[in-house]
This record gives sequence, structure tokens and C-alpha cells, in this order.
Amino acid sequence: MGNKQTIFTDEQLDAYQDCTFFTRKEILRLHGRYHELAPHLVPMDYTNDPDVKVPLALIVNMPELKENPFRNRIVESFSEDGLGNLSFNDFVDMFSVLSEMAPRELKAIYAFKIYDFNVDNFICKEDLEKTLNKLTKEELTPEEVNLVCEKAIEESDLDGDNKLSFADFENMISRAPDFLSSLHLQHLSDTLIQNDLQSVVTGTVPPWSNSGLNVYLRDTMVVSRT
Amino acid sequence: MDSIDLVFFSDHKGRPSNPLLDQLPSYQSLLYHKKQSLSSSTKRRGSVRGHFGSLTSGKWISAKMDERSSSSQQLIREQPKTMEEKRRAKEQHVAQDQDLHGWIHWHVHACRIFKRVKVDSLEVLSALVLFRGDIRVIEGMFGTGILSYFSFLRFLVLLNFVMFLLMFGFVIFPIAVAPHASGNITYSQADGSECTDYPSSSRRGLVVFHQYITDLLSGTGFLEQTYLFYGYYKVEAINFHKCTYNIPLAYLLVTIAYLFLSLIWIVKRSAVGFKRSLIQDEDRFQSFCNKVFAGWDFCITNENAARLKRRSLLYELKTDLEEERIKQKIAERTRYEKFRIYILRIVLNLFVIAVLAGCFYSIYRATIYSAQNEQKTNFILDLIIEYLPSIVITLGNFITPLIFSVIIQFEDYSAAFEIRFTLMRCVFMRLASIAVLLLSLWSQITSCSIDDCPCGYNHKLYPCWESRVGQEMYKLMIFDFLIIGAVTVFVEFPRKIIVNHFNCGLAKLWGQQEFSIPQNVLEIVYGQTICWIGTFYCPLLPAITTIKYCIVFYIKKVSLTNNCRPATRPFRASSSNFFFLVVLLIGLALACIPVTVSIAQISCSQACGPFTNYTTSWEVIPHTVSQIPHGLRALFYALSSEAFAVSFFVVTCLAMFYIIALAGAHKRVISQLREQLAMEGRDKHFLIQKLCQAQKSARCRDMPSKSLMVREQTSSYINPNHDHAGMFLAQSGADTATHV
Repeated sequence: MGNKQTIFTDEQLDAYQDCTFFTRKEILRLHGRYHELAPHLVPMDYTNDPDVKVPLALIVNMPELKENPFRNRIVESFSEDGLGNLSFNDFVDMFSVLSEMAPRELKAIYAFKIYDFNVDNFICKEDLEKTLNKLTKEELTPEEVNLVCEKAIEESDLDGDNKLSFADFENMISRAPDFLSSLHLQHLSDTLIQNDLQSVVTGTVPPWSNSGLNVYLRDTMVVSRT
Repeated sequence: MDSIDLVFFSDHKGRPSNPLLDQLPSYQSLLYHKKQSLSSSTKRRGSVRGHFGSLTSGKWISAKMDERSSSSQQLIREQPKTMEEKRRAKEQHVAQDQDLHGWIHWHVHACRIFKRVKVDSLEVLSALVLFRGDIRVIEGMFGTGILSYFSFLRFLVLLNFVMFLLMFGFVIFPIAVAPHASGNITYSQADGSECTDYPSSSRRGLVVFHQYITDLLSGTGFLEQTYLFYGYYKVEAINFHKCTYNIPLAYLLVTIAYLFLSLIWIVKRSAVGFKRSLIQDEDRFQSFCNKVFAGWDFCITNENAARLKRRSLLYELKTDLEEERIKQKIAERTRYEKFRIYILRIVLNLFVIAVLAGCFYSIYRATIYSAQNEQKTNFILDLIIEYLPSIVITLGNFITPLIFSVIIQFEDYSAAFEIRFTLMRCVFMRLASIAVLLLSLWSQITSCSIDDCPCGYNHKLYPCWESRVGQEMYKLMIFDFLIIGAVTVFVEFPRKIIVNHFNCGLAKLWGQQEFSIPQNVLEIVYGQTICWIGTFYCPLLPAITTIKYCIVFYIKKVSLTNNCRPATRPFRASSSNFFFLVVLLIGLALACIPVTVSIAQISCSQACGPFTNYTTSWEVIPHTVSQIPHGLRALFYALSSEAFAVSFFVVTCLAMFYIIALAGAHKRVISQLREQLAMEGRDKHFLIQKLCQAQKSARCRDMPSKSLMVREQTSSYINPNHDHAGMFLAQSGADTATHV
């Protein structure tokens, strides 16, 4: 286990525990992951609240986010400057909201922000088209995309302005059965995190490509032929 | 431009949103993250935008802040604010708490500590959850649809383990421990009549080795007179120093208890899914919105799984678009076509019924043949005859789904209905085959060569018929397990090798194995139904089932990760949980029937088992009730009287009608509220439009007295600019014309 005396003060850990859905152990684990993203940028000692931000490009390469089509939008909506540079607070916030303990209402608010590509408080048809194209990697024909967007707006637009306001979105989400279970980032396995934290503590920080995460993923990949 | 405005126009296009809309309470609740505190930024925003009611908005914001700071601590983490704002809220909260004195302060402090302790203990408990690591891996690789199957399997492992603990704790343990705890066991005595004649089934003389294997696999021979089967429990009571432990009563009550426990546990688990499916609109079951916004499993971390998920989402969307086209086509059907379709459906349903009848008849004949032909000629032949009913049932369960999936294509239903209907047919097939097996056994047991059976059952063929039924269930269970293992090893692995290494047309046609969730679920529900029926006759069956399902979990996991690709038409995780539990409940209902009938109707064996002194197994309870003290006895008689039963039934019916009426009323209210919401939205647009027009005309009148800068700013709001989605003012004029 990490030496919590040197990373966070007790008050800081208490504050994190109250403001997020995580326990102390999980917060320390998250700090380990955050440090790993940019070991030369992120200090191990957070007792005096350093103002450090990890850039977008490093965060979207995390294994949890790497395969997500919305990774850029997710990171941008949790960043303060809207450009995707996350401080540790934002990082923890992101994982907290997307964890399995967060309630549906909170997830709905952030999901709306994620899907609102042009950040105008409405999910208009262009936002929907961008969402759909990211989901399917542009393998639908333009007329199919158009049809799907029209149907989606038709299903959920209540006030008739041809785009989704937050009220429309929330109403639709309450009827979407998979929303709660699909909008959830899991941590990778505990032993893996433990190993990484061990190596951080003992001072032998491995380069990203050789860390246990990638080896694990490589070994368990499904072999399939098209 | 001000740095604050950069935060607002974070896409750097500098698009202004309508100032009036910004001041609406519903927008305020969605304020994006800002660097500075809420109140200062609003003040600055007010100064940039001009004088459009900035004072009112500032006041409103500060009022909201007070409200927020007074919210309870547990809601802090559920608020969409940045970490700094949450911390500030928490500090304010703590500062407020410092002002409290005495008992209130201690109470608040104690609540906080209690919450902390609860969270920590939950964390410890969660580390003890069964199969936790494996389920996480599966979730990451295949998403939540297949995960639901594995968590269902885990639930069944736990259920069976608890059933085993019940049976063991109340029946087996007292019998086993009695000699060591100085308890005196009284066995039921044989009274010499022919009904109590139980020939020993252990093999004598020179026993060939394969006889032991046959015995192990079919529960005969050396296994018959063990704790495994009902026949061994020939105990009447155990007399300890201070009390007497009534084994027959315990046996019967444990049976009833495990059935009730299963029912309550399943209903509790399905309550969540049931609520959700009630709220959900049936038409929108696979709505486009659900697919677009909740379609992607954020848990997926594997590149291949992501690619497959994307492909399956694409397939789903294309299928849905296709379904829309089909729906239109169906709506345009002529009367002649409808007539033709209905005739075709009737014919095909009759064909399905004929197929089912054929299967059931073959099961019946196989059971009778297997019971009556006990030759000991050839080892393999012997085993096959013993296992004939199980083999026929399994064959039927393999072939009929294929037939059903071919037939359903001709019946021209919508795709969603097709899946459900095929599934219902398969469920019916699987569970009814067990019922047919039991019926044929029952007909064998209660039919004697002479007209009336002196003992109430066919004592010549079945001196201990409960053990015989237990053996049949045991054989079904073992065979089911062997088939699951054999199919994985001998069908799925070769299929993977063939498809991956040979490029011929047949291999391409066959394709890679798909993990078909519905079929796998039916398999394990079938196994669980057998367990429920069989536990009364074979008390150690839950233990065997627990071990079997643990091994099946790992077999399926290995097969999944090595051989399978996810189904192209994935099962929705949410609705699938509910579906699994509904099928399980049907299995439970089916399992209760034979157990109830055999306890209450069929005379129990006189030669073996705990109920030799009673005519039917149920008789233990009236016998015990007649021996308890008077007051309690009167209560039990009252509870079992007709008056109580009828009034209980009437009250339950009334409660059900009330709840149904309430649900209907709620649905109506929901649709009314939805319409109201739409109307409110239109009202809002209309009013804002009117207000802006009024302001525009007021501004035009006062224009010479205003500064140039303000005029420029306001003119940019009035200018119709169609590229800006937030600028709907000019657009809404056209929109309301079409919508009203």
C-alpha cells in the first residue's frame, strides 16, 4: 500500500472521501494511476495541493479510455478549461461520476455535457450526427445517419424545437434501460493496480509500454478472424 | 475578450447564447465549470452582456448558493460541481457544524463516523464476493450483456449453496452427529409385511470394475444406501437429553423452506428489473435513443471487444432501420396477404405442436423402456439404457431450437417478437420434457399389475420409489453436466480450429461460435429445476449442483474467451436480467408441482425413508400439530380452515385489483404530464419570443440615448445567424409557426 503520509494529508483524504464515491484506498490507487500518466510532471507529494495538469493526449491513452469513442469529449467535459487538461481533482471527479456508485441523475448531467459537442446546451442534429459517426466509425451511409438522427430526435424531443434540451435528454434517459450500466468506467483488476503501485513505491517506475497493464491485456485478448 | 467569456465560448467560435435563456433556472442548474466562484463570474457576465436583468440573476445565484450550502453532506458528492466547489461546500458545512453544540454536534459527528465505518466494511465485504475477478475480466472484454449471464450463474451457485446448508444443517448433521452427542436414534421398525421388504441393492460376489462406474453414474448399487438418497433416512427421531428431534418433520419443513426461500430470493432480485420494465414503453423497447446514448459500454477496454461492439451496434442500427421499413410494409398489407399469413401461421403452429408431441412421446417410451429393461449384458449398452431418458431429452433440446428458428422465419413476425416467441417455445420444450419424464415415472410407480396396489404404489418394481425418482434426477443432473463439458470440448474447440485454419466454404458458412445467451440461460435454468425437484428425493443434490455450476462457470468462461465472438444481436443487459429471473420463476413453479403432488398425494414408501409410519409424507404435520399444546393447536386449525383461506384469497384479490388500478392511473398521469411538458416548452418559446420582440421595439424607441457599444452588442443578438444553434431567436419564429 502506498505510504499515505507522504502523498496526502488526512484532511485531504477525508475531503476526497466526502466529495467522491471512493474510499481512501481507491483514491490512493487513482493517484498512482495519475502519476503514471506523466511521472515527471506529477509529484508524488500532494500535501500542498500543487497545480499540475496532465494534458489531454496523455489521458486519452489510458486503457480505460483508449477504446472509448467519446474519450476526447469525456475528458474535455471534466476539465476546467474545456480543453481536456485535467488536474488531479478533475481526474478523480471523472472517475467518481463514471463509477458504479454515482446516481443516475448525476450521470445524466455529465452525459449531456459529453454528447453536446458544440457546447451550446442543446444536443442538436449535428451533435447527434457526430455522436453516431463516432459510435459507428462512419460506417453508416449519410442517409441512414440522417434517418437515425431524425428518429432519435422524434422520440425524445418534447418541446418541439428539433433539438434536445437537458429536460428532454433527462426524460429520455430515464426510459433508457441500459444507461446506468453502460455509463460506467471500471477500474482494472486490483492485483494489477497493486503491482503498479508497488513498482511506483519501490522507485522502479516502468515505462508505460512495459507495464503490467499492457502485458495483461495482450495475454487475454480474444483471437478472432474475420 | 474577457477570459470569462473564453470559458463560456469554449469552442472558441464566440457564439453568444440568448441572454434571457441563460437566466432561466433550468439553465442555471447546468452551469459549466468555471475557474472563479459562481457569484463573481455571474456579476462579470452581467456587466459584459449589458443590463438585461443582471441584478436579478445575481440575486438568484446567491440564493441558490445558500440553498446548496445547506444541503446535507451526503448530497455533496452527488452534485455536478468541480472538486474545489465541493470542498468549499463541505468546509462551509463543517463550519456550520462547529456552531452546533452539545447533543446535536455529537449526533452529527456520530453519523459521519458511522457512515465512514459502513463504507469501509462494505469495501471489505466486497472483496469476499465470489468470482469477482473473473466477472470483471469478462465485463471488460464482452460488455454487460454477457456479464448478466455470468452474474446469474453466480447467483445460482449461492442459492444452491444455501439450500445445501439448510438440508445439511437440519437433517444430515443431526443424524451424523447424534452418536457423538450422546443422542439415541430410533429407527423405524419393519413390521414384516411385504410393503416393508427392501432388498439390498449392494452388489454381491465378484463385482466387475465397470459395475462401480455404472453405479457411480446412475446412483445405484453402493450409492443407493448412502446419505445421497431418501431411502437412507429411515430415522424416526433422535432423542437427546432434554428434547427429541423429529427428523421426518425436519425433512418436510426443510423442503418447504427451500422452495419458499428460492421464491423470495428470486422475486427480490427481479423487483428492480420488473419496475424498470413497467416504466419502459413496450414500443420503445429497442429505441434509437437508447442505442445512440446508452449503446456503448464504457467498460470495454479491449481493442477487439471494442471493434466487435462497434460492429454489433452497427448491425443493430441497421436492423432497426430495416424493422422500420418492415413495419411500414406490414401496415400496408392487403387483406388477402393477411389471410394467407394467418393460415400459414396456424399450419406452422400445428407443426410445432406435432413436433413437441413427438418429443414427449419418445421421452415417455424411453422412460418406460429404461425402467423395465435391466439387463446386465454389456457395460456400455447397460449405461445407455440407464441414461436413455436423459439422452432423449438432451437430443430433443438440441434439435427443437433449430427447428423453431427455421420455422419462425416463415411466420413473418417482427424481429423482436421473433426472438421472444422462439425463446418461449424453447423454454416450454425444456421444462415440459422434465414434466413428461416425471409423469411417465409416476404412471409406472402408481400402476400395479394387479388392480389395486396393496401398498399404494408398485412395491414389486419400486420397493423404495422415492430413491428411484432421486436416482433419475441424479442421472439427469450428471448427464447434463457431462453434456456441457463434452459439447465445449468436442464441438466448440474443434470448430474454432476448423474455422481458423481451413478456408473452405463450409467453414465460412458455419462461422465462429457465438455465445448465445438465451440458450445458455435455458441450460442452467433446466439444471436448477432438476435440482429443486430432486432435492426432496436426493438431499445432497444441491451440493452437487453447486459444484457443477462452479465448474460450468469456468468452462463457459474459458470457452467464451477462446472460442466465441459476441452475438450479432446482443441481448440487452437490463431486460435480460429480468428475463432470466422470469424463466427461473417458471422453472420454480414447475418444480413445485411434482414435489407437492408427491408429498400430498402419493403414498410414501413403507420400506425406506423417514415417513414409513405415515400414509403420505404430508401426514407428519397434522400428526405433529395434534400433539402440540391446545392454544397453538387451535391457532393452526383456524389457519387451515376454509373460512380463513377464502377470506385470505378475497383480500389478496382486492389488493391485486387495487394495485393494478393504481398502476393504470399512474400511466395515465405520466402521459398527461408528458403532454404538459411539451406544452410548457412551447409556451416558454412563445413568451421569450414575445419578450424579445417587445424589448426590441423598446430599444428601437430608446436607441439614440444608449451608448454605441451596447447597441452593437444588442444588434449582434438580434441578427439572425443560422449557423449558431444557440441562437434560436430568429429561427423560433419560423418554428413556432409550424409547430403551433
